[in-house]
Amino acid sequence: MKALPKEEKNKKNNVNQLAELLNLLDFSGKGEIEFEDVDMQIGELVLQPSALASAALKAVKPPTVLAPPKAKPAKILEVSFKPFTQEYPGKIREVKLGATRSEGGSRGKTIEVGGATSPAFYLFEKAPPHPPVIAVDTFDMKVRLPKAIRTHVEEVWEDAAAWAKMGVDKWGADLISVHLLSTDPLIKDAKPAEAAKTVEEVLQAVDVPLIIGGCGDPKKDAEVFTKVAEVAEGERVLLSSLTLDMGEAGVLEKVAKAAAKYGQLVLGFTALDLNRAKELNRKLQDDVAEDSILMDLTTAALGYGLEYSFTIHERARIAALMGDSELQHPVLAGTTNAWAAREAWLKLGSEWEPRELRGPIWETTTALTLLLAGVDIFMMMHPDAIRTMKKIKEQLMIRGNAKPEKIASWVDAKI
Amino acid sequence: MSEREIKKGVRGLSPIDAYTLLPRTNCKKCGEANCMAFAAKLVNREVSLEGCPPILEKEHIKEYKKLEEMLAPAIKEIVIGAGDRAVKIGGKLVMYRHEFTYHNPIALAFDVTDEMPARPRFSGEEALLDRVKKVEGFSYEYIGRELKLDMIAVRSTSNDSTAFRSTVGTVTELTEMPLILCTFDPNVMEAGLVAASGRRPLIYAATKKNWKEMADLALMYDCPLTIFAPNDLSLLRSLSKTLMEYGVKDLVLDPGTFPDEGLSETVNNFTMVRRNACKGGDELFGFPLIGTPITAWLNGEEPKEMLAWKEAYLGSTLMTRYADILIMHSVDGWSQLPLVVWRFNIYTDPRKPVSVDPELYTFGEPNEKSPVMLTTNYALTYFTVESDLKKFGGNYYLIVADTEGISVESAVAGRYLTAESIAEAVKNSGIAEKVGHKHLIIPGMAARLSGETEDELKNIGLSGWHVMVGPRDSSGIGKFLDEKWPPKEEE
Repeated sequence: MKALPKEEKNKKNNVNQLAELLNLLDFSGKGEIEFEDVDMQIGELVLQPSALASAALKAVKPPTVLAPPKAKPAKILEVSFKPFTQEYPGKIREVKLGATRSEGGSRGKTIEVGGATSPAFYLFEKAPPHPPVIAVDTFDMKVRLPKAIRTHVEEVWEDAAAWAKMGVDKWGADLISVHLLSTDPLIKDAKPAEAAKTVEEVLQAVDVPLIIGGCGDPKKDAEVFTKVAEVAEGERVLLSSLTLDMGEAGVLEKVAKAAAKYGQLVLGFTALDLNRAKELNRKLQDDVAEDSILMDLTTAALGYGLEYSFTIHERARIAALMGDSELQHPVLAGTTNAWAAREAWLKLGSEWEPRELRGPIWETTTALTLLLAGVDIFMMMHPDAIRTMKKIKEQLMIRGNAKPEKIASWVDAKI
Repeated sequence: MSEREIKKGVRGLSPIDAYTLLPRTNCKKCGEANCMAFAAKLVNREVSLEGCPPILEKEHIKEYKKLEEMLAPAIKEIVIGAGDRAVKIGGKLVMYRHEFTYHNPIALAFDVTDEMPARPRFSGEEALLDRVKKVEGFSYEYIGRELKLDMIAVRSTSNDSTAFRSTVGTVTELTEMPLILCTFDPNVMEAGLVAASGRRPLIYAATKKNWKEMADLALMYDCPLTIFAPNDLSLLRSLSKTLMEYGVKDLVLDPGTFPDEGLSETVNNFTMVRRNACKGGDELFGFPLIGTPITAWLNGEEPKEMLAWKEAYLGSTLMTRYADILIMHSVDGWSQLPLVVWRFNIYTDPRKPVSVDPELYTFGEPNEKSPVMLTTNYALTYFTVESDLKKFGGNYYLIVADTEGISVESAVAGRYLTAESIAEAVKNSGIAEKVGHKHLIIPGMAARLSGETEDELKNIGLSGWHVMVGPRDSSGIGKFLDEKWPPKEEE
């Protein structure tokens, strides 16, 4: 295509339009329909930016109704910018995890989450009072792990307490999650008392708040959580998780009451369904204080349904801010689930290597996406993903650090 | 109050709103039963207005214009490139994905420079040819789809018209992919535009200083134009107004992509621009956004992997927060894979169910000797298994158990997939009447249910059935069947 010189081309367009317009005007006596059409054409012409018009207007006599042609701007037309902001009637509840000695526990530090009054990181509206936090996942028995993770935890693989200590000392974990997988009736069927002992060991090993994970069997989890709640009295550990299945099995109330009695927190888990999440929260609120309930809305891995998780988290957060009090609890995401995606660990061919980077960037992307949807607590696994997320959330909490001069010349930078 | 604010949001539109403006003759030229059916699809964005031939006629021009305005997206749709490979960006109707499906997936562009040789002059030197080939050749198969990259961004690092013209010319010969021409010097830009004639590249970029010359070029060569106003939304808005008045209709907005300590500003700027357009009715911001995660590479002191890593998470951040095009540097598979997968995911229809129907599926032409496998009805689990079975080829039965749309691992943990539910699914599938063997392959992730399942199958009248534990990932099905199928007859 050979480009027409600008003037000529614009003139051509305008001449065409004007000719059309004049045609219509010529028959303007004919009736209403045409008259309406004329209005519209005029409207369009006025929108035409235009000194361009002026050349054309000389050629064909303009109808008197036309506004005077506008000249092309010769300098920047200054307009201001004001962000569109909103007031939200709702607020996410503030929840404190862990308790210090003076508060009845033994933690060196406690963690507060929640309190948001705007969508995630809308700092132009209001910064959240508490930054999101990261828990490092540990297990009470040797679990299958992708090689990229295994190399980092080999020495502590079967020792939750040692794993927890490494998570805090080396990776900067805000919290530790202990998954009591050995209690699964289909695995080792470890007794609640044994599981409670593991929890005590981890409480000894680290001074950050704990999240206690079960095995997924509603009845067994209820027994284990009840025992753990008692043994860790006053520690404000988070029991992960309480479910509607526990309700069906007739054990939900009992475990919720035990949590309340011994001063623990509960995490309500539902599978990508806000109505069920609300139903569960209503049930939990019967026995547990509102500031001791968190939600797990399900975290699917990138490539395996992350978009469903992302959207359900965005919907939940906006509904909560708009006033739905049954959803105004902080949320937790098990982003370690990212490793369920084959893309995180599978050998895919040389062009996709190294897997040692592909895995942790997969976990990072999964976590980061949910960070932007408003998640408050992340349960994570790979040290590089954890380090990156820590950095990102810190950076996202502070405004005013963009330096235009640093990127101004990216176009001709030698990279 | 601007017009956009009083205009009904896209979700507020009812078929009646569109119907009253249609010809209402029920002529069926659109292929629908009547005008109401077409109106319903129209407001649901399943058909375009042009699908109704009568409305395009002169007598309906008024209604056509009204419908066009009513259906106009908050973010203008812009075409970059020409021919089959042209990309459409923008066209967004809403801010949040749960409000309505996002349209026009983010275009991914990769840079080359005008100081790169066309072909390597010494071994190991990266040349235009290799790099363009690498971008063209990138392809990942994901649940039956090819995920690919879209564009080439040619940067003038020489700031020399001759060099830029020559490089742009070479790139247009090497690829049909759409181009972004990057330089702030209008003379150099014009040289590139001449070389890319007929290809409708995106001009990057008009700034506070060069906007007028760039606007003239955009008009003269009929190309979309980017506005670059790093961290200055008043300037971005002012330039948008100025350029619109100047006659440039297709604009792309760049509020700047700041890595590291500028991340928060980047995310807030992108969010504010998109929000003002979608929620505040600000037409000056009603244009696609461009992000440049390539800026992660400006801090060249860090190791290459660190920079590609940073670029990748900057890219996925901006995918989630409203970018319509991204300019990237690393073409490495490991760093681009999360981006192409996330792009595919976030642009799927949120109204689409998470599950597939729990029933018996067949692959190829299975007979009484074919393997019988079982999986869950989570859509992505199913499609992953489906894609692996098709890739491997052969004839199979696949029983899909109802786990309320939960994947295998979570379904086992959460007791959505149990020995009882597996046995029930097997029974309901009627597979026992279709095959002559009694072997059921369950997912490796459900291994611990194998014993119980055999008992349960016996309990419900399917005695003698054996449970084989398949691979933990369906990519291993081929190998598994090679080794284990047909099964040795039971001892």
